[in-house]
Amino acid sequence: MNLMMILEMAAGAMGDRVAFQNGTDRLTYQQLFEAAGALAAALDDGRTKHLAMLDVSTLALPIGVFGASWAGIPFAPLNYRLTDPELDALIAQLNPGCLVTDAARAARLGARLVPTAEGEYVAVGTREALLERTRAPGAVSRVEPWSMDPDDTAILLFTSGTTGAPKAAVLRQKHLVSYVLGTVEFMSADEADASLNCVPPYHVAGMAAIASSVYSGRRVVQLANFSAETWLDTARREQITHAFVVPTMLARIVDALAGQPDAGLPSLRALSYGGGKMPLSVIEKAMKLFPKTDFTNAYGLTETSSTIALLGPQDHRDAFASPDEKARKRLVSVGQPLPTVEVKVCDAETGDVLAAGEHGLIHVRGEQVSGEYRGRGSQLDAEGWFNTRDGGYLDEAGFLFLEGRMDDVIVRGGENMSPGEIEDVLLTHAGVIDACVVGVPDEQWGEAVAAVVVLSPKATATAAELQQWVKDRLRSSRTPERIEFWTELPYTETGKLLRRKVREALRETG
Amino acid sequence: MAVLKAGTRFKSAVCASQIMVVKAPARDVKLTCGGLPVLELAAADASGGSIDPAHKQGTQMGKRYTNAADDVEFLCTKPGEGGLAVDGEVLVVKGAKPLPSSD
Repeated sequence: MNLMMILEMAAGAMGDRVAFQNGTDRLTYQQLFEAAGALAAALDDGRTKHLAMLDVSTLALPIGVFGASWAGIPFAPLNYRLTDPELDALIAQLNPGCLVTDAARAARLGARLVPTAEGEYVAVGTREALLERTRAPGAVSRVEPWSMDPDDTAILLFTSGTTGAPKAAVLRQKHLVSYVLGTVEFMSADEADASLNCVPPYHVAGMAAIASSVYSGRRVVQLANFSAETWLDTARREQITHAFVVPTMLARIVDALAGQPDAGLPSLRALSYGGGKMPLSVIEKAMKLFPKTDFTNAYGLTETSSTIALLGPQDHRDAFASPDEKARKRLVSVGQPLPTVEVKVCDAETGDVLAAGEHGLIHVRGEQVSGEYRGRGSQLDAEGWFNTRDGGYLDEAGFLFLEGRMDDVIVRGGENMSPGEIEDVLLTHAGVIDACVVGVPDEQWGEAVAAVVVLSPKATATAAELQQWVKDRLRSSRTPERIEFWTELPYTETGKLLRRKVREALRETG
Repeated sequence: MAVLKAGTRFKSAVCASQIMVVKAPARDVKLTCGGLPVLELAAADASGGSIDPAHKQGTQMGKRYTNAADDVEFLCTKPGEGGLAVDGEVLVVKGAKPLPSSD
């Protein structure tokens, strides 16, 4: 198995369709296939063992992904928001290899890279040189076919490290190809379909989107730097039919449309979102602004080759229209597991499988699940289950609810409580637009519950009022002992709430 | 007879079909297309031979094929006139419930 086989099928069946578009520059499937072959030939120098890319989305990205697969070496997209010392630590793990980046970074980083004692090094090149060389007329393609070994490493993704030092998740060819074959029907997209990609390459959703789009035959329009205005402009101009956003992006799009009756995007048939918790108020507003659009919530992890559970369009409509509070709550669930994966919730201490409604740790098993980190081996148990360390529960109908990372659980006087449950209650208050609940050190209880709340501009809720709000709906031990009001919460660019920063700030202000 | 390995590619000896093994059983199997044993992708093309009329179901691009026991699975990477069979059992297209696009 190899991602190249997916591209070969696309190039064979619909070679003249546009595969990727950046501004006015385009690559058809046939051109992408040829460029990948030219890159694979260039990488065949007997020493290059990794291809790293430190860049926003450009046409060099799909060429890099497929070219590396053809050459049989891992492709590693790096986070361009990291500082130089942070990048040095990652690049050191990709030696010997080749790093492709923009011209300014190439000049700066090239000088920083020092060969190892064995004389190996990471060669630095520019995105422009890659594009020029692989797209030149008559560029020579690699003669040797790509390996079909399912265990070859396709992609190395450094996990965002909201809790510790970044580590590289290993996604092998079999994981990504299984994901694509299990979730996408070959050439199922219409020729006029176009998807807007604004997720950075170093996010698993960005990598998965490349493979899925190629297999479905859907043109990808790349948007390198997200802003609500450029997203809306591009979607209108390119008649975008499909898009994926992280919750913070959707919140900004909804804000940018404030006061308008609808989004004015009749071409947009499907909008999927994932990568973090979607506030109920945002999704409800979005559904009103995009009345003709199908919404899908996708839950997945880097270690699972992206999506493992989906809340589909009909689920959204059913929950949205339901008078039953329980059914309505499913709008903030992540839906049901894909048919190709199994999900179970286990007790955090005993490991016993829990019944519907019981809270524990989410485990997942399936062909697309890697659960492996470089240098640390596979984290799957003997039966192939991966512990996501995400807390949550399944309801009676099999809908999966997330309650945050296990590492974020607050232990107050021996009682475990998940921040997500308390945040959900705070977010049902009309004046609250965002909330983050964390544990802070407490002499009496070990940890105390503290909340940081963002109020909507006109709201005037007091701490006492919000405490009463939680107390009326959850038991009193879950009522935040301390509530602070901020103008916004800290998020990563890809929509993950940085609880660590909130905890640190609260600790400092004591 | 051969033990199949996931990822291995084959081509038909009598039509244009090409397939990849997605799921391989642990046992020895006889894999045919158009009624004749398939060839490794890199092997020389066979000459002569014709499709057995009982194996004329054809293969469709991008479809997955499986047996009743669902212990083998192949992906068609190039379509052709012949039908796939394992140990004489003609394979059928694996039905897939369409999923909404999630990325």
